Amino acid sequence: MRIALFITCVNDTLFPRTGWAVVRLLERLGHEVVFPEAQTCCGQMHYNTGYRREAQRLAVGFVRTFADADVVLAPSGSCAGMVRDNYPRLGEPGSRLEAAVAEVAPRVLDLSELLVDVLEVTDVGAYFPHTVTYHPTCHGLRLLRLGDRPQRLLRAVRGLELVELEGAAECCGFGGTFAVKNAAVSAAMGSDKARHVAHTGAEVLCAVDNSCLMHIGGTLSRQRAGVQVLHLAEILASTEEEPASP
Amino acid sequence: MSATFMGMPAFPEAARAATGDAQLRHNLRKATRTIRDKRAAVVEELDDWAGLRAAGAAIKNRTLRHLDTYLERLEEAVTAAGGTVHWAADAAEANAVVTDLVRATGHDEVVKVKSMATQEIELNEALAEAGITAYETDLAELIVQLGDDTPSHILVPAIHRNRSEIREIFRAKMAEWGVPAPDGLTDDPRALAEAARTHLREKFLTTRVAVSGANFAVADTGTMVVLESEGNGRMCLTLPETLISVVGIEKIVPTWADLEVFLQLLPRSSTGERMNPYTSTWTGVTPGDGPQEFHLVLLDNGRTDTLADQVGRQALRCIRCSACLNICPVYERTGGHAYGSVYPGPIGAILTPQLRGTASEIDASLPYASSLCGACYEVCPVAIDIPEVLVHLRERVTEGGGHAAERTAMAAAGWVLEDRRRLTLAQRAAAKARGLVPRRLPGPGAAWTDTRDVPDIPAESFRDQWRRRESGAPGRNERKKRGGRR
Repeated sequence: MRIALFITCVNDTLFPRTGWAVVRLLERLGHEVVFPEAQTCCGQMHYNTGYRREAQRLAVGFVRTFADADVVLAPSGSCAGMVRDNYPRLGEPGSRLEAAVAEVAPRVLDLSELLVDVLEVTDVGAYFPHTVTYHPTCHGLRLLRLGDRPQRLLRAVRGLELVELEGAAECCGFGGTFAVKNAAVSAAMGSDKARHVAHTGAEVLCAVDNSCLMHIGGTLSRQRAGVQVLHLAEILASTEEEPASP
Repeated sequence: MSATFMGMPAFPEAARAATGDAQLRHNLRKATRTIRDKRAAVVEELDDWAGLRAAGAAIKNRTLRHLDTYLERLEEAVTAAGGTVHWAADAAEANAVVTDLVRATGHDEVVKVKSMATQEIELNEALAEAGITAYETDLAELIVQLGDDTPSHILVPAIHRNRSEIREIFRAKMAEWGVPAPDGLTDDPRALAEAARTHLREKFLTTRVAVSGANFAVADTGTMVVLESEGNGRMCLTLPETLISVVGIEKIVPTWADLEVFLQLLPRSSTGERMNPYTSTWTGVTPGDGPQEFHLVLLDNGRTDTLADQVGRQALRCIRCSACLNICPVYERTGGHAYGSVYPGPIGAILTPQLRGTASEIDASLPYASSLCGACYEVCPVAIDIPEVLVHLRERVTEGGGHAAERTAMAAAGWVLEDRRRLTLAQRAAAKARGLVPRRLPGPGAAWTDTRDVPDIPAESFRDQWRRRESGAPGRNERKKRGGRR
């Protein structure tokens, strides 16, 4: 299958290794990954902060860039959620944007959806001999309704032990500009989340969103908790020959 | 860049103080988690919860669409049942109506059934100015009133207090208001409840005027409905001679059949109970039974304006159950006072700026008092999409001027992100400066680095690495480049 990668601006700039993990994984499974270079950002930050016009312009760019793609993979639950859930609210009724969104948005998928629902694979042949706990992330959980797809993928990874995370469904407190606008509350939520993660005894915290991982991981790191954070794609891409390092 | 970049200080400042109060956070965590778990368990019992929720939303939507019709029907029914209807456009009008009605009775004391509408218009304060004393009879409201405090939760106004704090309030203040607390009062819940019962019993038996709100108003029959847990409300609704009910115009349900849905949705969502302990209904007056004079004050106070907003109007579906407060991770860490309004939590963050407007600093900060995690929407029994309304109100704040520095930064970010060439240049500039990023960032970045480490910026963006791979240009093998630590 030919899969268009929407890397997302945060991954592109700060976490390119997640993008390469996706590429490695999908190519290993025999699929072709293309990267439409005109892509930039989904506009989530602008939309969520109340800058609708800026978000609209970015949405126009997104639907134009991915108009021809059969499937768009976004290795970020919140960006996939932005396109699928919020883009339909951005186009005025009867507008070209509204029509284009209706075409493109349903084809935008998170990695676990692509693997489980479209490619129909849960055992991706990965090897990752570590204890892992999974944070579902709000947008993965409530916007995309990923359910247990990511956990099913993780359980099929050879050598991996998946442990429960207390209060998993609770927000980590990142929330985009919320982390800056309401720093004290964000930090309090982050430190509670980090404490729960540390209590699991896991070596690695996994999620489908690098933004949440950056927030929780940054808190864990400041607390010297000794837990590493890894995007789901990196664990699934990990093999004996090319292991991901926790 | 100014120090208040990205910031509307009102909620964030109050929240910062609250998050630093260990006792408060402990009280809140314990209380919200207890109710949250109870709610989840009783909702789980029903296999038609989704259907009930949809029915609740649909009834409210239909009623709001034809609110004018139902309001007229309600007025006719109340009048036919021997009551009198008064219309109040805002808080001042409502307070004036109630004050005049109480004065006309010749009494200067009223007992009150717990009511959000009267809190919203600050009726107790208005009555006090007119020389009328209002006694709160709900246990938690009594604690708040005696403590010279304000409510911090819709359902559990004294959620921020623990038992020993309550004992201190009773011992110090009950005597000023009536029957004093017994000597040697302990913080045993039964002893506290008994002290409150004795204190309140005197008020119920001697006060001739009562003021209430209503959870629902049935248009067909002109019936008011109050749900409560203690029975104190029922005392106020039956013993006095005069009853004055202040009710928001959105509280209408067309028929008794519609009530069926809400009498299931509300107790499970609010107290985590299958059925409500005390459900009282009253319709006009009945000679020789209950209050002989009944007044209904229908309160607008910003509701019509809210109704006119296509996205925001869904907030008027709210049945004040508090499920969104109890699930909200922000509320759990700040409590209700930080919201600066009688409606705290997620519903307060969308209702208050709609009822009051977004002109003041606090009201403009409320739509941002959420991480948009969506838990509130998930538990709302009438399916109010609170995150959608929050974003909608944020748009209103930014359109109204917002914060100049943030606006400029957002516009600049938009300009960079709109074009891949500009984005590429920005990424390369960031990569070049990667060695210069300090452990603690200045300006708005300090909010991040106070408690979190920043991730390393990789030497090269994904798109640059991709381009190199596609062009087959020699270079470091990107597969071995792992971006560094987070």
